[in-house]
Amino acid sequence: MKLKQLEGLLGELQQFTRPKVELEQYATGSHIASRMLYTAENSFDDITGKVVADFGCGCGTLAVASSLLDAEHVVGIDIDPQCLELAQENAADLELDMDLIQCDIKNLNLRGLLVDTVVMNPPFGTSRKGADMEFISMGLKVARRAVYSLHKTSTREHIKKVALRNCNAISAEVLCELRYNLPQTYKFHRQKEVDIAVDFWRFVPRARHEGSTACSVTANVKQRRMHG
Amino acid sequence: MRLLTHNMLASNARGAVTGYPLKLQVVKWSTKEAEPNADFLRGMLPKIDWAALVAATQALGLPELLPGAPPTDAELSAEGAAEDEGSVLRRLHRALLEIHIEEGTLVCPDTERCFPISRGVPNMLLHEDEVRN
Repeated sequence: MKLKQLEGLLGELQQFTRPKVELEQYATGSHIASRMLYTAENSFDDITGKVVADFGCGCGTLAVASSLLDAEHVVGIDIDPQCLELAQENAADLELDMDLIQCDIKNLNLRGLLVDTVVMNPPFGTSRKGADMEFISMGLKVARRAVYSLHKTSTREHIKKVALRNCNAISAEVLCELRYNLPQTYKFHRQKEVDIAVDFWRFVPRARHEGSTACSVTANVKQRRMHG
Repeated sequence: MRLLTHNMLASNARGAVTGYPLKLQVVKWSTKEAEPNADFLRGMLPKIDWAALVAATQALGLPELLPGAPPTDAELSAEGAAEDEGSVLRRLHRALLEIHIEEGTLVCPDTERCFPISRGVPNMLLHEDEVRN
């Protein structure tokens, strides 16, 4: 699938009507989402034919994108039942099969090895401190190949340090810096729109059980440039 | 929820040792066809907990669907396996990716805590005082 086509399909998804501030629910725009997944697939072979989990899937944008790029099995996980209903509708509208689980990411218990890739646009930890690191930590526990995530550029050093030191990452790399155009979602937002600087990350977990697999992933990097 | 997801999901309730595998009680399920991918199934086979998968198919009332022992790579690669409805490749594909549990319950094997599956979505939420430390 072409990047433009992917972006177009994601642009038609239903978004939250009443986002919840405590969960930091911000929609992942189709422009960013399509480039995230396109890069994960075209530069790293992490999506097509793989098992992909979307942590904090919200209305399912990244899960749908994974499925459109022919992930073999996609699981979206969110704490909020209304989001999961939307995600289910979005998947059904595009005739995609995807599994959904209602769960708090910090209490998730998934057997490792089965999930290849975790994709997420997690809370940035603005509303509840440390929420971002909980997502990264769990992602690195679950993913066999890689974790793709978005975080505020202002937290870059902190995230790198904690991911490598405490979360079992063997590498933590910013693939690209983005402008995240945040429309006025909540009442406390004074400006109509703000651009915040956001990093697009790729984390690679230390290999468990099977020694060789994760080490070869870095060698497979064909190209590190962001497409489009 | 399909059985591939069931095969990776565990309970995190306080008192759970591994919380795995979750016992499956099925009220309603459906089948939706999907394109079989032999390479994917071969790659997945060593990672699957076979006993948990077989137990899940038995809970569905499909004791004949899967053999007691995991198929070999050769069986999954057999010529024409993808086209042959009765081949072990097709049956494994059906078990993992074509059966959708719509309504039912997942039960933690250690604590008996029940997690309802409603409209295809298992609810694994725990109350604060149930969370494993």
